[in-house]
Amino acid sequence: MKLINATFAVLILATSAGGAMAFDREPKRLGQTFADTNCSWCHGPSLQGFTTAPRLAGQKAEYIENQLLSLKSHKRDNPLARQVMWGPAATITPEVARELGAYFSTLEAEAANDGRRELVDQGQNIYQTGNPAANIPSCAVCHGPDGQGAGAIPRLGGMSYTYVKRQLEDWGQGYHASAAFPMPAVARQLSAGDIEAIASYLSFVR
Amino acid sequence: MKPQSRLPHSTFSTQRGFSARCGLRLKSAPLALAIAALVLISPSGARSAEISDHPVSSGYLKGKIEYCSYCHGSSGQGYRGYYSMPRLAGQTPEYFVNQLRAYAERQRKNKYMYSAAHGLSPTTRSALARHFASLHPGANEHGPRGHTGEGRRIYQEGLPDSNIPACAACHGPEGQGSGQNPRLAGQLYAYTQKTLANWTAERTSGGATSGPAGIMEPITRNLSKSQQAAVAAYLSTLK
Repeated sequence: MKLINATFAVLILATSAGGAMAFDREPKRLGQTFADTNCSWCHGPSLQGFTTAPRLAGQKAEYIENQLLSLKSHKRDNPLARQVMWGPAATITPEVARELGAYFSTLEAEAANDGRRELVDQGQNIYQTGNPAANIPSCAVCHGPDGQGAGAIPRLGGMSYTYVKRQLEDWGQGYHASAAFPMPAVARQLSAGDIEAIASYLSFVR
Repeated sequence: MKPQSRLPHSTFSTQRGFSARCGLRLKSAPLALAIAALVLISPSGARSAEISDHPVSSGYLKGKIEYCSYCHGSSGQGYRGYYSMPRLAGQTPEYFVNQLRAYAERQRKNKYMYSAAHGLSPTTRSALARHFASLHPGANEHGPRGHTGEGRRIYQEGLPDSNIPACAACHGPEGQGSGQNPRLAGQLYAYTQKTLANWTAERTSGGATSGPAGIMEPITRNLSKSQQAAVAAYLSTLK
């Protein structure tokens, strides 16, 4: 973990140092220029995500913009966000946040396929139908039947098991105050097994 | 349920000259029949929507209210997710209970609402209906502005040439609803528009033709897509 922390520290330094960019000259490609220089360090060269860094390719524009601004204002406060994203987000202007969202949303998304296959059916059932007896709603009504997202609601289809699991766990512990109603409340109702199943299912959704 | 809430023409008798205006407009026999059917079917056709007074454990009810709100928005104000979840705040209890039963019995087809409704006891449905009826519907994101004029005309006056009665006859001049006729004022544009467009497809054959849903079936069929959108846009602006 120390090594990982050190790696992140290096990456943050690198991204912070490169934060003020010469993107003003090419306003049309602002999002791409900024992403190539800053985001791809952790999120992968084609922004498909890497280990704990979530996939950005194919994400909803409005969601990305909201998240970057809430990272910048420290509303999004889960431990990893605090550790890894507060630094880079400090340099992001509202215009850059909007341009990054617009750019990411144009990229083709690949499925992470890193969940546990034996949990897919259980996860699909919770995602699509919820569990009314336990007051768990269907995820699909807001996130879409294929996890495609809508407006400010993120795309979840094909997101990595690691990332989805951690987000749901963090909300359950009260982190990430910027998450819109009802996510923190819903996440609190999920058992550890529910979370593993949902995250496994989503990692295989195309 | 109070008797007057079953009769659309008396429910909104405060609207001066309503009967006379309707009489003038109802020159075509089919339209007159539709209105007659509407008056006749409302009291007897649909099974009575009794609102139970039995108490439900407060902890259980609180959990269910929160469960509804996850999708229908905090305080039941409606929410636009991948699907548009209608506003429940201020809805008439009779309509609310009827719809939960229709979903649970699959007369109104929606897999999400089937899942949510089928395990609820009649007592719980009534308690939820009373709760959401008591909430104040707040300001809403309006539909496309350009359409509201045409929507108002259709809603308030109907389209006699297309056999469309005035929506206000049953849903009230301000869209406030009454009894089994739902409140429409301030409803999400996308929800109203989609509900009108999918009226028949969303219901089983029995569910589409019986009771109040049966009254709406030919109306939705005779409205063009753009007229449906106009009415939905107008309703979204009502308070």
